[in-house]
Amino acid sequence: MAYTLEINGQSHEVDLPGEVPLLWVLRDTLGMTGTKFGCGVAACGACTVHIDGVAVQSCQTTLETVDGPVTTIEGLGTPGAMSAIQRAWVEHDVAQCGYCQSGQIMQAAALLAETPDPTDDEIDAAMWGNLCRCGTYPRIRAAIHTAAKTIQAEG
Amino acid sequence: MGRLRTFTRRTFIVGSVAVAGGVAFGAYQVLRPAKGPGAPEDGLRLNPWVLIDARGVTVIVPRAEMGQGVQTTLAALVAEEMEMPLGDIRVEHGPPAEVYANMSLLIPRDYDAKRPGAVMETLYQAMPKVLGLQITGGSFSAFDAYEPMRKAGAAAREVLREAGAARLGVGLDQVRAEAGAIVATDGSRIPYADLAEDAAKIEPPKSPRLKDPADWSILGKSQIRLDQPAKATGTATFAIDVRRPDMRFATVRMSPRLGGGMVSFDASVAETMPGVEKVVDLGDGFAVVATNTWLAMQAAEAVTVEWGAAPYPAETDAIFARIEDAFADKPNITARDEGDVEADGSGDLVEAEYRVPYLAHATMEPMNSTALFTGDGLELWSGNQAPIMLQKAAAEAVGLDQDAVTLHTTIMGGGFGRRASIDFGVIAARVAQAMPGTPVQVTWSREEDMRHDHYRPGAIARMAARLDGGKVAMLTGDVACGSVMGSQMSIPMADRTIVEGIGDQPYRIENRRIRGYAADVAVPLGYWRSVGNSQNAFFHESFIDEMAHAAGADPVEFRLGLIRPEHARSAAVVEKVAEMAGWTGKTPEGVGRGVAFTHSFGTPVAEVIEVVDEDGSIRIAKVWIAADMGVILDPGNCEAQLTGGCVFGLTAAVHGKITFADGMVNEGNFTDYELLRMSNVPEFEVALMANADRPGGVGEVGTPPAAPALANAIFDLTGERVRQLPLIDRFDFVG
Ligand code: FES
Ligand code: FES
Repeated sequence: MAYTLEINGQSHEVDLPGEVPLLWVLRDTLGMTGTKFGCGVAACGACTVHIDGVAVQSCQTTLETVDGPVTTIEGLGTPGAMSAIQRAWVEHDVAQCGYCQSGQIMQAAALLAETPDPTDDEIDAAMWGNLCRCGTYPRIRAAIHTAAKTIQAEG
Repeated sequence: MGRLRTFTRRTFIVGSVAVAGGVAFGAYQVLRPAKGPGAPEDGLRLNPWVLIDARGVTVIVPRAEMGQGVQTTLAALVAEEMEMPLGDIRVEHGPPAEVYANMSLLIPRDYDAKRPGAVMETLYQAMPKVLGLQITGGSFSAFDAYEPMRKAGAAAREVLREAGAARLGVGLDQVRAEAGAIVATDGSRIPYADLAEDAAKIEPPKSPRLKDPADWSILGKSQIRLDQPAKATGTATFAIDVRRPDMRFATVRMSPRLGGGMVSFDASVAETMPGVEKVVDLGDGFAVVATNTWLAMQAAEAVTVEWGAAPYPAETDAIFARIEDAFADKPNITARDEGDVEADGSGDLVEAEYRVPYLAHATMEPMNSTALFTGDGLELWSGNQAPIMLQKAAAEAVGLDQDAVTLHTTIMGGGFGRRASIDFGVIAARVAQAMPGTPVQVTWSREEDMRHDHYRPGAIARMAARLDGGKVAMLTGDVACGSVMGSQMSIPMADRTIVEGIGDQPYRIENRRIRGYAADVAVPLGYWRSVGNSQNAFFHESFIDEMAHAAGADPVEFRLGLIRPEHARSAAVVEKVAEMAGWTGKTPEGVGRGVAFTHSFGTPVAEVIEVVDEDGSIRIAKVWIAADMGVILDPGNCEAQLTGGCVFGLTAAVHGKITFADGMVNEGNFTDYELLRMSNVPEFEVALMANADRPGGVGEVGTPPAAPALANAIFDLTGERVRQLPLIDRFDFVG
């Protein structure tokens, strides 16, 4: 069946069964590979995207239930025009293997949209579901604090 | 170039070759004929590391990036000598080629070289040259590249200066290399790229002058890794992100009884499911090829299959009974046998038995590879740590010559040793063979990945010591586990990984015997971040703690008393970590502290861990790490690797456990193979020391001391001695 999705401000038609998770629509059908597959069972956060500004795990969101505009890591910024949060990630040299970081950044972006100056406890709560096998958590925390300051300063 | 033959094999001689539109610099090494891009014919090896052409400067980093920052650090070695901004350098992995083979697989220690095991380690060092391995692992990349990469950069710099001076018609003393260009005293500048073709005609200096480390402007300073912008924007291409025109997506199921094969399967339902194009019978498993990975995974669930029996005991307890049986055999390896350990001595006998479980790597990116089979050729895209071995094995699997296989090594979403095995690449080649002309990406489900790992072996250690007046009169240790090297190379061999981290530690003990026993258990094993050190450091450093406690001594002072006479660099990291942590040997009620030390991959590392009791749950509050990196190439990256390595070790100590039932691995996903999280990762403080003339390992060395330091801290907190991991089986931790 054909569905229309709005992703990063662009409209896309896809013809797939409605129960295919958004993750696999993005990755395999639309070729948008920034969003990652880590577990497929809501246990790692690598697949995090925004729907209507809310962070969701795209491996758990079926195509037929997508009911708002989707933002993926590609929509947050590009290497030549990074968002404040992506710049903070680079500045803190956060990524090791980097595989979890698209999901980490999308989760952090949703946190900062709601809570512009989060405490460490608020960061712990928001980022709880995002695993990093390389153990970059301390730098992720530092980057979130830096991004919060930059966003507030830039208004 | 015949005259170069007279140089010894350890000598590097820098050379250059003209390439289309430019020049490549590398280091020759006198050894044997090696096939590779630009290799001269006369038996010398040219490692073409630096390429200058119209695009600018490209550094070939023949080591794979799996998160350890190797591509940035190795590029920095060249950039420093070439006087180039690091950010202006392009980095490529390069093809599989013998010229990129490792110089060493083991970093030599700077103590204790005459010990019996040392001879075998020398052989092991020569092995990559003999076998033509090109492996990223063993923490030796920076050690290996430290001299040749700098020399290649320095030679390029000198030749470019000569070419620049000639072009400008001035003397060599009138030009300097600066920020990617040759600059004359009058201020005129020629970018390197414009001089590339001239440079190709100039013979490089045989032994170019290297910069004094005091003059370094890139090395020794923290660099933002070159791959950060791509990884922050989702544009870095992991193997799982490879997309080719008309590509299909597949998933695979191999026998969950590892090596047990497949009796029969019925795919009639799966074949009718949406998007499914083909179900491929692989003999020992099957693959479903579809238009979308998820549709392939759904169809794979619908296949009914009867698997063969496991070639090892079916239950965890029976596997450990088999490991225990190994103690009755002859030792596979004796790492030490010094003095007299059997003599009747006076004093107290301390004895303990320790056990650790099998562990999975659980890289964040599940195993996958993409392959295109065309009948007479195979193209393979794979994030792997061993390209030459993968190329060979993939060629054999599809009946082609090795030359007919083009392998692209991508960055990896975690390696930790898992991607030094090559099974996932070979499987993709086999699936693609059934779909000639169509590129196929084969992605494993997380469950397939966790249940078909090449595991860190489960292991048992039996330790005994005699303490006489607080002094260690005798120490013995016997370790039994499956042989990782035997499993990887499919041949039985004396396996030093069984005893590394216990038979080679710089403690001065007169009467000591350390033996390793290879258990006959056919569970596939692999190199797991720090390999044997991961379990043996737990055995050794927990037991050292038990000895200190039995002797009534402070654990830091007890260690220093044994380490100081043996190795000053190691003693210094223990002293440093105690100073950083303000170690007093006493902790308030509700707080526990533990210390551990390991010398692995040429790098001594000491860690102190503080735990606190939070309403009956344990919080790992703080970790202090002191490490002697030898030479510090990038302090920020060292800190990241040490802390990341420690988190990896703590995760395993608290949660890690792979168990078996009915021949199959029980754990399948992060729901039952839990990791540390943002909310329970400790705070870190790291001190880097630099007391050698070469860099040691970085990527693995933070892992070994983590588990024993934590177990020792829990003993301090609770009075309960931990002799079995994971800790979650006995204690509660904050989530
Ligand atoms: S892939 Fe969706 S949470 Fe792990
Ligand atoms: S950076 Fe490797 S998993 Fe997070």
